[in-house]
Amino acid sequence: MEWSFTDDRPIYAQLVEQMQRRIVSGRFRPGEQLPSVREMAGAAAVNPNTMQKAMSELERSGLVFAQRTSGRFVTQDEALIRQTRDRLAEEQLRLFFQQMGELGYTLQEAQTLLRREMEEAES
Amino acid sequence: MKAILECRELTKQYQQVKALDHLNLALEPGRIVGLLGPNGSGKTTLLKTIGGILTPTSGEIQVDGTPVGLETKKLVSYLPDWNYLSDWMRVRDVIGLFKDFYADFDDRKALEMLSRLEINSKDRLKSMSKGTKEKVQLVLVMSRRARLYLLDEPIGGVDPAARDYILTTIIGNYSENATIMISTHLIADVEQVLDDFVFIHKGQVILSSSVDRIREEQGKSVDALFREVFRC
Repeated sequence: MEWSFTDDRPIYAQLVEQMQRRIVSGRFRPGEQLPSVREMAGAAAVNPNTMQKAMSELERSGLVFAQRTSGRFVTQDEALIRQTRDRLAEEQLRLFFQQMGELGYTLQEAQTLLRREMEEAES
Repeated sequence: MKAILECRELTKQYQQVKALDHLNLALEPGRIVGLLGPNGSGKTTLLKTIGGILTPTSGEIQVDGTPVGLETKKLVSYLPDWNYLSDWMRVRDVIGLFKDFYADFDDRKALEMLSRLEINSKDRLKSMSKGTKEKVQLVLVMSRRARLYLLDEPIGGVDPAARDYILTTIIGNYSENATIMISTHLIADVEQVLDDFVFIHKGQVILSSSVDRIREEQGKSVDALFREVFRC
């Protein structure tokens, strides 16, 4: 998973989202210690202050917690991780239907196409 | 917070041309700031006056509360947009020079960065490409423990891979009480490492904001905003 950014939204918000993806996908495991802000900023090639802001946001949501002396960790609350994952999945679905709508498909038609793709993927 | 840099009504007149025209600017410590403007907008002149290389026609500049002069040169690490190192020198000679000149120069750090860029300290500057010389100069400037770094076009002449390394070096080497001001035309390349940016035009600051605020409020990048504001 590479870090990448689009032009239309704040960079810290995109960092928050990409961190959420890394956590729900298990790239960062529950309870795992995260690298330092400076290291992560270096890896994502972003400003350390921006990475710091993203971390604070993740702490507020509970997905990440800080321990005063030993750094930051991913939450061990697996229910919260599942919830976050569901929310990200719902966003993807909404986006899918929206884009299908822009191509002129009704929900029904989109569903039919989706089912056909699923059958092909299975076989 | 106390400003690390403050310019008040700064003016620099060259013959008929006003390069800086009653410019006002204040920067906080701990920020990476992009100094952005079209050609001839006064970026280089501004950096030179802050660095104490040029004397302003009128107005005031303070670095960490001290008027620009001998004392502030100890606080400011300046990367000019031209090559000022003598060609006959070897890299290690230049490192010796910087060590003699600046009490805050960390030669171990410089050597470490040079070796990561695969630059040999025995090499002569004469034998180097333009891009490699630029890398050497940037390493020297970033190896000082300064409060204010002024980088004039630090990535202009280097390839995209080296550009990434240079930006990571900049991110990795600045401390929380230092501020870095980077002038560049390559906005899209530096945008994600910037906290704040300053647009200058005809020697005046016309906009000063944070990158994420512009993205939040206008839904566009600073690069896109620049193209809009300075459309020819």
